[in-house]
Amino acid sequence: MKTMINIALPKGRLGEKVYDMFEKAGFECPSIKEVNRNLIFENPELGIRYFWAKPSDVAIYVERGAADIGVAGKDILLEYSPDVYELLDLNVGICRMAVASKKDFRDDTEKTLRVATKFPNIAKDYYTKKCRDIDIIKLNGSIELAPILNLSDVIVDIVESGNTLKANNLEPFETIVGISARLISNKASFKFKTKEIEAIKAGLAALVEVK
Amino acid sequence: MKGLDNMLLNEKVLKQEEKAVFRLRSLYQKYGYSQYKMSKFEEYDLYVRNKDFLVSDSIITFNDTSGKLLALKPDVTLSIIKNSQDSSDSVQRVYYNESVYRISKGSHSFKEIVQAGLECIGCIDTYNMCEVILLAAKSLQAISSEYVLDISHMGFVSGLLDKYDINDEAKALIVNYIGEKNLHDIKTICDSCDLSPALLKDLTVLIQAYGNKDQAIEKLSSIEMTEDMKNALYELDSICKVLDAEGMDDHINIDFSIVNDMNYYNGIVFKGYIEGIPASVLSGGRYDKLMHKMGKDGGAIGFAVYLDSLERLEGSEKKYDVDTVILYDESADPSAMMKAVKMLTDSGTSVMAEKKVPEKIKFRQLLKFNERGFEILENND
Repeated sequence: MKTMINIALPKGRLGEKVYDMFEKAGFECPSIKEVNRNLIFENPELGIRYFWAKPSDVAIYVERGAADIGVAGKDILLEYSPDVYELLDLNVGICRMAVASKKDFRDDTEKTLRVATKFPNIAKDYYTKKCRDIDIIKLNGSIELAPILNLSDVIVDIVESGNTLKANNLEPFETIVGISARLISNKASFKFKTKEIEAIKAGLAALVEVK
Repeated sequence: MKGLDNMLLNEKVLKQEEKAVFRLRSLYQKYGYSQYKMSKFEEYDLYVRNKDFLVSDSIITFNDTSGKLLALKPDVTLSIIKNSQDSSDSVQRVYYNESVYRISKGSHSFKEIVQAGLECIGCIDTYNMCEVILLAAKSLQAISSEYVLDISHMGFVSGLLDKYDINDEAKALIVNYIGEKNLHDIKTICDSCDLSPALLKDLTVLIQAYGNKDQAIEKLSSIEMTEDMKNALYELDSICKVLDAEGMDDHINIDFSIVNDMNYYNGIVFKGYIEGIPASVLSGGRYDKLMHKMGKDGGAIGFAVYLDSLERLEGSEKKYDVDTVILYDESADPSAMMKAVKMLTDSGTSVMAEKKVPEKIKFRQLLKFNERGFEILENND
């Protein structure tokens, strides 16, 4: 029997882009494009099996071995620090993690800085390095609301074009780290399916270099 | 015959991790290791002084009757070293099978983890290292025939980094990236910190040199080596040769992505994997630096096997709760019933006598007991 490689892809636009890369690299699975309620898509000849997962869950599927490899944003990897190999920067889904606030915001260093974010670990890390006393407010969405309603002084969030911020009169003023999608692998899977995973990595790497 | 029957029966009754405990114990004893039975508690102070050595930094603490602060052991190695005799011309061999208490990453709560392992302490030579690594490989072999032991050398990695002028912060990041096989972020950091292009070249070779020993070592030859690195590589090579001679070459990989804390580990480090278990089940290395930190002169090498992860191993799944369910009614003669049950259990099947078919229990066969004996009602085999 052919070794099956389980691949976790992030649901949504980024995931579709990434699947196209897998397809171009020769790891196609036509059934994935059919409109239905299937969760798992297989191409037995190539020995690959794809499934869509919530982007923030991809790292968990891979870390715990339900998926051998997967694609996750660097933001997720920094936030959860899963114990996985990070094999390749796919150079898609490019954005940055930034600190943003209202345009007229002045950082009053006398006070504890209130930070609203979906990424408490990244925010904590960043300000610990600056020895700044902060109060983290963990939100699950619509982070931009926080400074407008004076829930927080600043937000730490992903900035892609900056348009959402601009529309709400907010402005990014510090970049914490650049983000892009990464190919990750379960450590044990990498030992037992080395050849298969290396082949996928090489196929994708060739596409990344062309860009 | 009776004894053999019992043994076979035990194999069936025992869980994967319990079987592994027995096999490992007999393996370690064969090589002259003696068991070290420990108390569950240790003075908290020991862990505070060596915090970075621990996998997780949260520890369950409590006051004993005299008010002294104690901890439930998060680690066994530190206690063994603390109590080891300092001798420069002999080695002490101990093995253990203990529970440790650590935070589990997912639930952020404490978890009891069963560990077996061994330590070889004192005047360590190449033979001792080979012995410990051989035992590590044999430990994996005792659990499953599909295993991989990855070996690295901290001396080689730290020697490579010492060739270049890198600040501590960047160094810590680079070490972390080596552990992730993450070449693209190493590139980024080399660019942003203006590090030597030669460093990037060396690290690229280092990260890509994994797998079969001979191939890996050949790849490394393009790196310009210092005396320390040469010694490290020689050590790595000679240990792999010994394992090859044992016929384990298919299972042994060189992989520099195993990077344990450089403040404690200084030589060979290794990690073991079993097919079907998503994380490493064995971890160990040479930790002379920890010995020195704790005021001991000798060297030490050892490893631990995480037995609780074996639960997930394939084949450990139970198909049936019980082999046979016997149905009987009030009129059944208890002594005749007992005889019948004994007959079945003696033949090695497990038996559950019930008045009605039990719910939520999976059984191999369902029998009805009557004066004439058994009548088969259902067979699920």
